[in-house]
Amino acid sequence: MKLTINGEDHQTDISVLSDLLVSLDYEGDWLATAVNGELVHREERPGFTLSDRDRIEILSPMQGG
Amino acid sequence: MLTLYGTPVTSRLLLGTSRYPSPSILGDAIRRSKTEIVTVSLRRETAGGKTGGAFFELIRSLDVRVLPNTAGCHTAKEAVLTAKMAREVFATNWIKLEVIGNQDTLQPDVFALVEAAKILSEDGFEVFPYTTDDLVVAERLLDAGCKVLMPWCAPIGSAMGPVNLQALRSMRGHFPDIPLIVDAGIGRPSHAATVMELGFDAVLLNTAVAGASDPAAMAEAFAKAIDAGHMAYEAGMLEPRDMAVPSTPVIGKAVFA
Repeated sequence: MKLTINGEDHQTDISVLSDLLVSLDYEGDWLATAVNGELVHREERPGFTLSDRDRIEILSPMQGG
Repeated sequence: MLTLYGTPVTSRLLLGTSRYPSPSILGDAIRRSKTEIVTVSLRRETAGGKTGGAFFELIRSLDVRVLPNTAGCHTAKEAVLTAKMAREVFATNWIKLEVIGNQDTLQPDVFALVEAAKILSEDGFEVFPYTTDDLVVAERLLDAGCKVLMPWCAPIGSAMGPVNLQALRSMRGHFPDIPLIVDAGIGRPSHAATVMELGFDAVLLNTAVAGASDPAAMAEAFAKAIDAGHMAYEAGMLEPRDMAVPSTPVIGKAVFA
């Protein structure tokens, strides 16, 4: 299926959000995820099934004013 | 003592963490400012990237409270989602709510700001809204659940200093019991001292410190100016007069002619 991850197109067979993060080498307790404009909590990722054309945002801390 | 959403705060300087020459200099500036609250943000992490983690570890090592922001958001919906993601990462209900309405001035979209503030307050957030000095907007933000207001004194990063002292004075007068933090537009320690002399409770700085030749020294200079301004406000200052008043008593003055 086709996913948009942080604005870039990806083709993948992985359908669970937590598995997708591992496959893309995202790790750490400082990440936040949203799918189609809705927050997906850390503990919800292993049970969150992705669908074709989902838009995924993966954010982490950075400097801010 | 200043209390922000029930949290007592000793330092009246809140410091941004952006645009420093290096993480080490950022750390030095935070330590020398003696700030207890720093602002942070969220951005897209690249696959396999660890930059966010490294920054987060630095902040955690400095023993400060974080105030995540929603910088870069242009709609209430974006700001609300960003705030929720920030709560997930930083484990705090505090949020510096920014909804930008104009790209040139970075002026807040106060309509979307009030909308987002209401949604977030109802969801348990403790909202620090980046707003203008407009009193009616301030009232709406308080109605929306905000217990702190953060008016600009000039556009973000402009270093102009307070461009409308009367508006700030008026804001202080209208909201005597609400913590007021000047956020944005400060360029020099004297600017910070000026708004503190008006009775503002604290100042939030970033570019004025990060962009200095020696950010750590400038952080300390601002801390001293903020303390001086606050102490002067508490001590009660003279009002300007039109005529001269001799400081040396004239009673008992010798008469030579």
